[in-house]
Amino acid sequence: MGLTNYLILGAVFFCIGIYGVLVRRNAVMILISIELMLNAANLNFVAFTKYVDPVKLTGHIFTIFVITIEAAEVVVGLAIILAGYRCLKSIKVEDINLMKW
Amino acid sequence: MINNAWLIPGLPLIAFIIITFFTKRLRNISSYLSIGIMMGSFLLACGVLKEVIIRPGRYEFSLPWFETGSFQIEVGMLIDPLCAVMLVVVTLVSLMIQIYSRGYLETEKDVDFSRYYSFISLFTFSMLGLVVANNFVTIFVGWELVGLCSYLLIGYWHHKPSAAAAAKKAFIITRLADAGFLIGILCIAFYAGTFNFLAIERLIQEGQLTAGILSTVAILIFLGAMGKSAQFPFHTWLPDAMEGPSPVSALIHAATMVAAGVYLVARTYTIFDAGLDSLIVVGYVGGFTALFAASIGLCQNDIKRVLAYSTLSQLGYMMLALGVGGFTAGMFHLTTHAFFKALLFLAAGSVIHAMHSNDIWDAGGLGKKMPATATVFIIGSLAISGVPPFAGFWSKEEILVAAYASGHLPLFIMGEIGAFLTAFYMFRLCFVTFGGQLRKKDAHPHESPLVMIFPMGILAFLSIVAGLIDSPWMGHWFGKFVFFESQHLREAHGGHQIVAILSLSVAFLGILGAWLVYGRKVISLEFIKPMVIYKTVFNKSYFDEIYQAVIIKPFLGLTKFALGFDLKVVDGLVNGVASITAGCGAVIRHLQTGLVQTYMIMAMSGLIILLFIWMF
Repeated sequence: MGLTNYLILGAVFFCIGIYGVLVRRNAVMILISIELMLNAANLNFVAFTKYVDPVKLTGHIFTIFVITIEAAEVVVGLAIILAGYRCLKSIKVEDINLMKW
Repeated sequence: MINNAWLIPGLPLIAFIIITFFTKRLRNISSYLSIGIMMGSFLLACGVLKEVIIRPGRYEFSLPWFETGSFQIEVGMLIDPLCAVMLVVVTLVSLMIQIYSRGYLETEKDVDFSRYYSFISLFTFSMLGLVVANNFVTIFVGWELVGLCSYLLIGYWHHKPSAAAAAKKAFIITRLADAGFLIGILCIAFYAGTFNFLAIERLIQEGQLTAGILSTVAILIFLGAMGKSAQFPFHTWLPDAMEGPSPVSALIHAATMVAAGVYLVARTYTIFDAGLDSLIVVGYVGGFTALFAASIGLCQNDIKRVLAYSTLSQLGYMMLALGVGGFTAGMFHLTTHAFFKALLFLAAGSVIHAMHSNDIWDAGGLGKKMPATATVFIIGSLAISGVPPFAGFWSKEEILVAAYASGHLPLFIMGEIGAFLTAFYMFRLCFVTFGGQLRKKDAHPHESPLVMIFPMGILAFLSIVAGLIDSPWMGHWFGKFVFFESQHLREAHGGHQIVAILSLSVAFLGILGAWLVYGRKVISLEFIKPMVIYKTVFNKSYFDEIYQAVIIKPFLGLTKFALGFDLKVVDGLVNGVASITAGCGAVIRHLQTGLVQTYMIMAMSGLIILLFIWMF
């Protein structure tokens, strides 16, 4: 069925997202990668609604919730990055090392 | 009076405490206190002696000290004729020397002066405690304390490196010997189940201890006595101990401490008697020391060294006497020797005080400048050479008679040769120091003050008359008072005339020889100076050097090795553990990058591994 294809696509997106979180130095890029991971999960939900239970639309509703929360989280994340930029003049995560030995 | 005999050692202890803690800066109070208390002890000792004479017997008092298992250790006194005599001798000589010291050490600072008297008081307490002890533990405590006081007093002038080294040497050598003594004590306590002298004696008389054990114990105890009384081969510390002040040499290394070894053998004579051949060992060690030390004393140029070797020699005589069964003879010689040797040392101190030099070849002609000192020195020399009616004659006679009658002819011959050498070197000292002309040009000898002459006078008087207490005219009173009875050992008597003639002749020959060589200078002995035998004897038979090479060098090498081992291996191990920990830390520290991404990588990898494990 086509479900497997969508699930594989979702998994691929998720892995790309994880790769981005682990490797990127730019804080905004990390946020984007997190978005990507969440959206991959959304993709999975939507695929499940279409192929498993098209009547109740459970997955679609879940996706709406996720997008909302995503947005809120991005707002908070960007606010932190902005505040950090004012102090450190940089958005590279490696520069946040005041507490390091 | 006997009940209060504990005061005899107790009073000097109180003096020590008061002087050390309270009157350190008050030189006069310290010295008068010490002298006054010693006078008190002396009077008490005379009282005790009087009571023991009136009612002979052995009186024991003891208090339990502590118990461990089946062993009870007590502190106690055993007053018997042997002990009573020693008490009087020790207190009297100590009193004389303390009076003398006021004159000899007058230039010392207050604190040092008080320090001297506190040490002397402590020493007298320890010596008296040793003398009255009734069990091995107490006697060992006293034994070690006198060793300590000897160390303190030899090193009295502690800023002099030679004095400090000599003090250390004395303490270490005697301590080494005391190790043997301690082992002996533990042995006998183990087999007898008690430390008490009288109890052990009773066990021996009942035959409960085998001769093998007893002879081993006797030899071990004799080892301790050898160290303290400086018998060969533990003799090397005594000549060096002359670094201390002359009164110290007189008190400790002539009259009392070195006599402690002889006293110990006498106290434990039952053990020696019952052991198989222990007494022969004692006798031969003593005889050899007597001869050996006399030969070295012959060539020394330092007045105190000659007297030190003379002391070694006379101690050898005492051990010889005890070894051949002459219990009375040995103790009698101890008594007379205490008097005339203390006298000789004090007189030597008087000479040193006047000449500011120990060398006899610096002095000369002092007979005219210091008549009192010269007189008493000659009296002492006559006494030690065995000239009648002086004290030494009677006691030496008894020893030689005992040696002759016991059948040990080599010991008798050693004794006679030793007597000749004794007379010779003593009168060599007399003629060189007091005869002729003053050799050192810038010296101003003058007679010593009365505070020094008075004790010498008393000791000189005793050196003349003390011998008479065992003479035929007093019915051999001393022999009846202090004696030892056993089944197989009776004091040998016999051959009086032949021994008397022989010893008188050797004494006379010795004095004559010294007069010819040093007095009239008719014969010159210079020809022997280049000879090897002279060199050997002059250098004390190289014993110090032998000990240095054979014992001390290897021991120092061992300490170096131990030090290296301690530093490298033990410390290395501990430091190694620490540095391994630090090294691991330095490596692992890098895990903490502070970057969340790194931590997430680690979490992810762990997750993947777990997934793999779960799937396969």
